[in-house]
Amino acid sequence: MTALVTDAVSWAFLASGSFLVVVGALGLIRMPDFYTRLHAAGITDTLGADLILMGLMVQAGFSLVTVKLLLIGAFLFFTSPTSTHAIANAALTAGLNPRIADGAGAGTDSAAPEGDGK
Amino acid sequence: MSIAAVIDISLLVFLGLTAFAILKLRALFAVVMLSSVFSLVSAALLVHLDAVDVAFTEAAVGAGISTVLMLATLALTSRREKAPTRSQALPLIVVFLTGLALVYGTLDMPRFGDPQAPIQVHVAPKYIADTQSEIGIPNIVTAVLASYRGFDTLGEVTVIFTAGIGVLLLLAGFIREPEGLRVQTMDHHLVLRVVTKMLIGPIMLFALYVQFHGDFGPGGGFQAGLIFASAFIIYALVFGLENARKAVPGRAVRLLVACGVLLYGGVGFVSFLFGKNYLNYSVLGVDQVAGQHLGILLVEFGVGLTVAAVMVSTFYAFAGQNQPISDEDW
Repeated sequence: MTALVTDAVSWAFLASGSFLVVVGALGLIRMPDFYTRLHAAGITDTLGADLILMGLMVQAGFSLVTVKLLLIGAFLFFTSPTSTHAIANAALTAGLNPRIADGAGAGTDSAAPEGDGK
Repeated sequence: MSIAAVIDISLLVFLGLTAFAILKLRALFAVVMLSSVFSLVSAALLVHLDAVDVAFTEAAVGAGISTVLMLATLALTSRREKAPTRSQALPLIVVFLTGLALVYGTLDMPRFGDPQAPIQVHVAPKYIADTQSEIGIPNIVTAVLASYRGFDTLGEVTVIFTAGIGVLLLLAGFIREPEGLRVQTMDHHLVLRVVTKMLIGPIMLFALYVQFHGDFGPGGGFQAGLIFASAFIIYALVFGLENARKAVPGRAVRLLVACGVLLYGGVGFVSFLFGKNYLNYSVLGVDQVAGQHLGILLVEFGVGLTVAAVMVSTFYAFAGQNQPISDEDW
């Protein structure tokens, strides 16, 4: 019974985490400009990764593995949003304007995320 | 097809695609990031092949430090690769022939994972059988690296030492010591500064864990040195090179570059003085196992010291060249 509950809980975490990773990947390809793409990518490595880690923690039970996963999770929890923030900040400093709906902004519509600009 | 084979093949396909993308792209910024991805994928492949120590090093070197160093280099040069001016036919033929010769060479090699391959039957059985009684540490990789093959590792550390000295010599004429140094500091980046302050402590703690836990699990001097250096580099990136130089002066780092190799070589000389072969640690302790433990600990510490110091001083040398980034360079 407990095994069933553990499995159900961990699978719920794993499935929702994987869903967010897929959503993030999809958004990274489909979104129109740099900032919206970054927004999508941010989902992947913050909530997506953390949910998957949580699912793994439930699977591992009370063990050393869980402690290590917890540390990895904490590290990701702080570093991923920070790196997303740093990238967005750098782009804004570099003068890349967000694209506005009616096309008023100087967005880069054909922009591949791999540093097309220079 | 087993699931292991599926993982192996898909990782290899990723490696191939990444390598192809690196070849085709002209935007160097993207190339640097893709080579970091390449290292991370090959680290995953090595983990899957059960070579965790190597994977650890690959992740720390390829995906970590070398990316930072290449970005620092990129800041000094152009961000686009120049289009080739000459015909590419001759290089293509040369590369094709070399590749063909290499593929031909692999035909003589034993099959992947063959238990009868020379590498499996030569000295490896002795290492596996005798490590517990002769060295007495659980991680056989560390026993082979630091004790059985101590000479090879001494050679590797000397290579790193020499490479570091070479970089410093090449760039030394241009290093602008603190006064007049104008590297962009990120004083206005509050979020980065707070998170960096939070992370530097745990990163250093983790480096020490990797350093001294290398006898028991994956890790050791090479990986620990890189992680330790990355703590300093992230400090220098966020708080500015001037502040980093105040915390750890360039002179001190350059001194430590030599200290690590000297420690390694010195341990060898101590065993000389006891009348044994060079780098035979057995004489260092009351019995053989205790001596080996002490020897491996000291030698790994020497490795870590040199690696960390070389990385930090290389970063200092590169970052010291940077002009403040003007807006149109972005």
